[in-house]
Amino acid sequence: MAHAATRAPRRSTGRPGVGRPGVAWALPGALFFVFFAVAPMVLVGALAFTDWDGIGTPSWTGMSNWSRLWDDPETHQAIWLSLVLTVLTWLFQTPLALLLGVWAAGRQRNRAVLSAIFFLPLLGSSVALALVWKSLLDPNFGLIADIGPALSFADGDLLGSSKGAFGAILFVTAWQFIPLHTLIYQGGARAIPRSLYDAAAIDGAGTVRQFFAITLPQLRNTIVTSSVIMVVGALTFFDTVLILTKGGPGTDTTIVPYLMYKNGFQAFDLGYASAVATILVVVATTVSLLLVRLTGFAAMRSTREGM
Amino acid sequence: MTDVLHDLHDRPPNGVRTPNKTPAASRPRLRRRGLPRWNYPAGLGSLIWLGIVGLPLYVLVAATFQTRDGYIDDGPLALPDHPTLANYRRVLESDFLSYLLNTALVTAVCATIVITLSVTVGYTVVRARGRVSRRIFQIFLLGLAIPSQAVVIPVYLVITKLHLYDTLLAVILPTAAFSLPVSVLVLVGTMRDIDEELYESMALDGASPTRVLLQLVVPLSRSGISTVGVMSALHAWNGFLFPLLLTQSKSNRLLTLGLYDYVGEFRVDTPALLTAVVLSIVPIFLVYLFARRQLINGLMGVGGK
Repeated sequence: MAHAATRAPRRSTGRPGVGRPGVAWALPGALFFVFFAVAPMVLVGALAFTDWDGIGTPSWTGMSNWSRLWDDPETHQAIWLSLVLTVLTWLFQTPLALLLGVWAAGRQRNRAVLSAIFFLPLLGSSVALALVWKSLLDPNFGLIADIGPALSFADGDLLGSSKGAFGAILFVTAWQFIPLHTLIYQGGARAIPRSLYDAAAIDGAGTVRQFFAITLPQLRNTIVTSSVIMVVGALTFFDTVLILTKGGPGTDTTIVPYLMYKNGFQAFDLGYASAVATILVVVATTVSLLLVRLTGFAAMRSTREGM
Repeated sequence: MTDVLHDLHDRPPNGVRTPNKTPAASRPRLRRRGLPRWNYPAGLGSLIWLGIVGLPLYVLVAATFQTRDGYIDDGPLALPDHPTLANYRRVLESDFLSYLLNTALVTAVCATIVITLSVTVGYTVVRARGRVSRRIFQIFLLGLAIPSQAVVIPVYLVITKLHLYDTLLAVILPTAAFSLPVSVLVLVGTMRDIDEELYESMALDGASPTRVLLQLVVPLSRSGISTVGVMSALHAWNGFLFPLLLTQSKSNRLLTLGLYDYVGEFRVDTPALLTAVVLSIVPIFLVYLFARRQLINGLMGVGGK
């Protein structure tokens, strides 16, 4: 629907080329981006076929990293954990952010103040916020010592247990990122024409009905956008994991980016770490293609064609 | 503060005024209709969320005025009996200010690079003819989803080959590059809204692309440019992975990495650690107070079509 609506007819006015910049204007930005982001993305795939300790020159080893990856139970576990974390993150964050965002799109004063407070966690770095939570979850001096028993962690050692540590990462990242998605949904909900709700109200639709019949379908593009950001975000929870659990207990919270860090920059086996990172690239590229295809970003491209 | 926030959030959304009604007549009707009716459960939910968001922030700030022993004895929820500024003094007497200065420098240079490059790219994407500029835009769209973790190993290789390892530039270059996709997206959105007639009248006057950019596009995209500036500054200020892997010496240390180090240094002194956390957020919070409208509009623009 959005695609059809935005595919405007080709503009007829204006002489071609007059007062228009040449493509050379975009080259500094494009080359810079290609050099530091796109080329490395290709390069990481190549490094995955090498052995490199980070100091000398990478030496070609063919498939050995890949066959090792194929047999490595820790890698399997990391991929599985990343997958579970991503799915749970989506299931946890999306409904909350959606409801909060739609609510915050209303126009009373209290909502304004509240949504400004909701926004605050976005200002801190993952490191800063993870440190706050680390101290709150400290079994000796933290808040968890008081409320742990209620969560069936009598000793308060939430981060010391496999499920507790995983749950803590899920919760802390949600705490940090739900505000961002709330804002995105708030923007989306604000753009829904109020006349749709007025019409529905005249037809006697209740608020719950209106939510499912109008708000949700109208937010379709927003949901896709937010989901993509969320999924790519879930692949980058590295900082939080490093500070909260260091991948532990054992390897129970070693997700793919942390595994890459461990192999690459602690064990200095950057060839193997590149193979692990390639998995991230493949997932991210797939998500990116979906992004361009499914969201309004594709529509933006066609708007451009019509200019 | 409340009034400004009120102003920020309560501006009516674009184009949703009900036609054929004076504002005075329509306002009470809108209150009775539409979304506001399912307020109660949602309002309750948002209050619960307020607690979830606010409690850690309260603990964070309260702890910084607490002595170490007071924190251990009374627990994190207690208000400090004898509020003290000793934690602040202690953190500021460490290397904190040098980390802060490094971070400020990295942030300023990053924001400058990002603004310069994304303005020219955005201008070209919106105005240039032909397939190449479209391809360039597509590259940036695809780049949106590249997580920096996935490419940090080749970036490390490139930086060492350029002999930039352990310099601030090693952090600046990739950090700026990873801010570009969102920035280009925001600016393309802003610049597309500039009236075609304005371009044409400038073209009739024989203006060069440089003049069009400086006298028309930049002034009219000021809001988009501020958004890009604030977002890229926030990104650079909070960056952790590139500083962690691309710098080493203490003189090139950035704030986030410094915080990570304090975990060891202040191991048994949670109030001092949390004070460092607060001090690391304060500068960005001040920027937020001045630029919150830009930041929020920019972030909302990501999903609001």
